[in-house]
Amino acid sequence: MATPLTLKELSKKEDLLTHGHRMCSGCGAPTVVKMVLLATEHPVIAANATGCLEVSTCISEYTAWKIPWIHTAFENAAATLSGVETMYRSLKKQGKIDKDVKFIAFGGDGGTYDIGFQSLSGAMERGHDMIYVCYDNGAYMNTGIQRSSATPLGADTTTCPAGSVIPGKLRARKNLTKIMAAHNIPYTAQASPSHWMDLMKKVQKAHSYEGPKFLNIIAPCNRGWRSKTNDSILLSRLAVNTCYWPLYEIENGVTKITSTPKEKLPIADFMKPQGRFKHIFDPGNEWLLTRIQEEVDAEWEKLKYAEKCGC
Amino acid sequence: MAKVVAVTGNEAVANALRQVNPDVCGIYPITPQTDMMQRYASFISDGKVDTEAVLVESEHSSMSACIGASAAGGRVVTATSSQGLALMWEMLHIAAGDRLPIIMPVVNRALSAPLNIHGDHSDAMGARDTGWIQIWSENGQEAYDNTIQAFRIGEHMDIRLPVMVCMDGFIISHSIERMEYLDDPEVKNFVGPFKNLYPLLDLDKPKSYGPLILTDLYHEYKRAQHEVMLKTKDVVLEVAKDFEKLSGRKYGLFESYRLEDADIALVILNSAAGTSKDVIDEFRGKGIKAGLLKPRLFRPFPYEEVAEALKNTKAVCVMDRSDSFGGYGPLFMEISSALYQLKQKPALINKIYGLGGRDYLPSHAEEVLQELHEIAQGGKLKIIKEYIGVRE
Repeated sequence: MATPLTLKELSKKEDLLTHGHRMCSGCGAPTVVKMVLLATEHPVIAANATGCLEVSTCISEYTAWKIPWIHTAFENAAATLSGVETMYRSLKKQGKIDKDVKFIAFGGDGGTYDIGFQSLSGAMERGHDMIYVCYDNGAYMNTGIQRSSATPLGADTTTCPAGSVIPGKLRARKNLTKIMAAHNIPYTAQASPSHWMDLMKKVQKAHSYEGPKFLNIIAPCNRGWRSKTNDSILLSRLAVNTCYWPLYEIENGVTKITSTPKEKLPIADFMKPQGRFKHIFDPGNEWLLTRIQEEVDAEWEKLKYAEKCGC
Repeated sequence: MAKVVAVTGNEAVANALRQVNPDVCGIYPITPQTDMMQRYASFISDGKVDTEAVLVESEHSSMSACIGASAAGGRVVTATSSQGLALMWEMLHIAAGDRLPIIMPVVNRALSAPLNIHGDHSDAMGARDTGWIQIWSENGQEAYDNTIQAFRIGEHMDIRLPVMVCMDGFIISHSIERMEYLDDPEVKNFVGPFKNLYPLLDLDKPKSYGPLILTDLYHEYKRAQHEVMLKTKDVVLEVAKDFEKLSGRKYGLFESYRLEDADIALVILNSAAGTSKDVIDEFRGKGIKAGLLKPRLFRPFPYEEVAEALKNTKAVCVMDRSDSFGGYGPLFMEISSALYQLKQKPALINKIYGLGGRDYLPSHAEEVLQELHEIAQGGKLKIIKEYIGVRE
């Protein structure tokens, strides 16, 4: 029986990622992890790709994880967890274990969209019973803000710096959520910690299906976004309300927008509080802001169309 | 009762794995290993084993899944060759560093470029420093026997390390030989049930695997890996003794062939040792005291024992089926290190042979033994390292 998603009931649950971890103040990732684990009933085993979350939560001889947890390398959280899950199935089949266990992999966008993409795709195709959670902060933040395929158009990173000739990243993000849905897995969704109830409902829904599930969750990084440490939830809400990060799910192939902004805000509202987009507002770069807005609008229209046609 | 069969090396090792019946295996095709694990897939499909396979999308994921499965708690195997082993390289270190006793037959094959599918030892030599135990096999029988023993060695509570069992691609993996199988219950009993150590699936006692360790403790962890390797030789010998009782077949850290009174000796791994032994017999027939040392346990390397076995020789040739370009062959480096501690050292030369499956012929062994004989007679050592069997 899943815990009712009320603050009263949730406040009684133990945090499975405990205090004492060394994530930066204001980082979105541990908030995302806590929400995912709060919406998960015991017992659960987690795997973690190398990245901020991994290096900051398990530094020998301490661990912030109150659940069994494994990290092996950067590009293979899905493959590693597929092994754990396979051993579970083997032992269960042989009558050596009787508990029902859930499996969750956590990876940042570098470890998921880029270097871990093959491993993720393979694990999803093989049908392992797991949720893969990507906490997406839009760059390789652990190594110091390098561009990934999740980095938004126009962003300034250390490997696509905004210079006098090239104004930051000139390519749009990869739409990983849709790519994962194209694996025909039972449940794929996009969520944001600003909409905690929506996020946790999606986790519960994902757990209700056997097989591979994918959740893409925005996780602001004030170091990389060059934003205030107390703005993580504000920025993740602006990401939703500008339709930069629409909240939707694809359940058994059917797309549903789970939260439509009352008023769709201009993308500039999301970008202005972030230093990584500062140059976009410089004279001469108006074309880039226009292009960014056009791309966000086009993706939002495509999503609404997908919902309308029930695909 | 042992059963005499005529099978390929791949079939024999697949059968050994079936007899052990591991909980999880990783399967990914690569020539010349493919045939081994596809046989194993049939055992799964036909319900002959309890194993759950992970049919991965790459060898990197295969080793990643094996690490996850082994950490979860249970017996895990996979197999590979060449590029597959190279792709696994990162994860090999992690399997050993996490002290997970994964067993992996390696069907030795050349590395690209240029692309070549045939047997040499470049793949396993590239994995030399990964922290895995390496056991090498001359023929299908040895590959079968070593695979069974590998479980006892790697899973030993004092060791807990992954083990590679090496055999030559095609020459052994695809050649049919006469060999003896043990009975299924004998193997099951010999290997015993898997004993868990810190399994992730022990949900009541959560463990964190794979922490970040900085300058304060990393060095100590690595020393611990070195120290466990030091204990491995004794375990290998203890397991070999038990195996001899069961099978009648004797194994050591290496094989000494007519070495006791030898003046000259070849040191050579795997299948080419068989060819060499015939030529050594011919030289013995001519009154030349020739012998051979065939390493079995390559990691950890038994330096003292090898030095003891070669100490009375006058000239030794180390035959390498892989190269460290710009250096000596990897086996030569080990033998050279072993012999350095001797007061009286034999002359030592290095021949690189058989790369990319180039045939190693009796005539090659003859030429090398003749050269050694001349050096032993007081002749000049002309060149230390040289390629043989090369088309000019």
